[in-house]
Amino acid sequence: MNHVPYLASAWLMLIGLYGIATSRNLIHMVLCLTVVQSSTYLLLLGVGYRLHATAPIYQGIVPGHRAVDPVVQALTLTDIVVEATVVALMLALAVVAHKRFGSLDPQKLRPLRG
Amino acid sequence: MSPRARQISCVVVLLGFGAFLVWGVLGLQDFGHWTGLYGRRVLKVASSERQVTNVVSAVNFDYRMFDTLIEELILFTSVMGVMLVLRHQRGEDPEPEHAAGDSEGFEDTTDGVRVLGVILIGVTLLLGLYIVVHGHLTPGGGFQGGVILGAAVLLVFLAGEFVTVRHLHPVETMETIEAVGAAGFAGLGLGGLIASSAAFHNFIWTGTSGMLISGGTIPLSNLAVGCAVFGAILILASELLEQALIVRR
Amino acid sequence: MNALQFVTIVMVCLASTVVVFTRDPLRQLMVAGIAGLLLAILFFSYQAPDVALSQIVVSTVAVPIMVLLALVHIKRDEGEHEEEDES
Repeated sequence: MNHVPYLASAWLMLIGLYGIATSRNLIHMVLCLTVVQSSTYLLLLGVGYRLHATAPIYQGIVPGHRAVDPVVQALTLTDIVVEATVVALMLALAVVAHKRFGSLDPQKLRPLRG
Repeated sequence: MSPRARQISCVVVLLGFGAFLVWGVLGLQDFGHWTGLYGRRVLKVASSERQVTNVVSAVNFDYRMFDTLIEELILFTSVMGVMLVLRHQRGEDPEPEHAAGDSEGFEDTTDGVRVLGVILIGVTLLLGLYIVVHGHLTPGGGFQGGVILGAAVLLVFLAGEFVTVRHLHPVETMETIEAVGAAGFAGLGLGGLIASSAAFHNFIWTGTSGMLISGGTIPLSNLAVGCAVFGAILILASELLEQALIVRR
Repeated sequence: MNALQFVTIVMVCLASTVVVFTRDPLRQLMVAGIAGLLLAILFFSYQAPDVALSQIVVSTVAVPIMVLLALVHIKRDEGEHEEEDES
């Protein structure tokens, strides 16, 4: 029972990698990448959790109350922003690849010629 | 390699990698017994030193401002990349003949969607502004509020017509807003450097905790990040919209 | 670890498995939105409201907008390819 969140994060990463490796559609691949990224959020937040503690926001409660790790939450926030930007760039590249090669299948993309 | 062979070799390799992962993860400390020292220090010290109540935003915009600056630059670079890739591709195609106010090829939305959209624009705008401005007091901050503000402007497109949206946000204004946000953030870092020879030092007077004016440069960083993310979301959406709605004859 | 966290973790794992095995991009987008919302509930039960807000905003506003616009653009391109092939 103690390690269930960490095992869940390992499962998410494995299933996301399987989806990326056996994908036949570039957009499907992008959404499988978001699954892999969510496994890292789970691991980060799981490491910083403290039993019977509250959120690290002291509005209305005494400062110094037992709280969860704030540094790990800041790292996860940055990670979520990076996920959004990576998805945007990969979608733009998928649109251009479809224009060039006529198909969204990653196994049909040929190398570019000059 | 045939798809079947690819699938089987993928499963085999992932099983090996998975065994490694599980072995590593079982060596972590028990869930719920966190033993970090940096975090404990920050919790003890942040609300009295910086006079903010949201310790996560203090960590993000003050103690680890370097990381947030790099994250802003990643956002900026990816928006630049999307613009370059899509505009270059648009430049290759033959110039389509469509007038400036042409909204052909864009089906009329139903009345229900339009009414709901019009009602929600004001509410969403207000919510986005609230979350950006109160980022250092309650959960929220520049990034979350910036995306909500971008969604509010995109609701105009949903509730109205493409023509209105084109008058409402020419792309140059959006690019300017995003650049101002990113430069403002970097400028706050430089201000710290000038004021006390440590970059990103919090150099503005911190007020009393719990009021809007508190935390020094933290609410200003929130505003800068909110501007930058607002501009970025609108540029991304308008680049893709422009692509999708040009009509060929 | 309380019951809410355990149930939400199990549901997140199930939803993500379904995301990977849905091949049609439009349907997969809807399932990914649901998985993102479940993840936000999990973050909230981990006492991380900032992170939960961020996850809601990215996974139900930003990512669906971009994926839908990309899909519309790709459908239009396919429509033009067919016109050129016919003519």
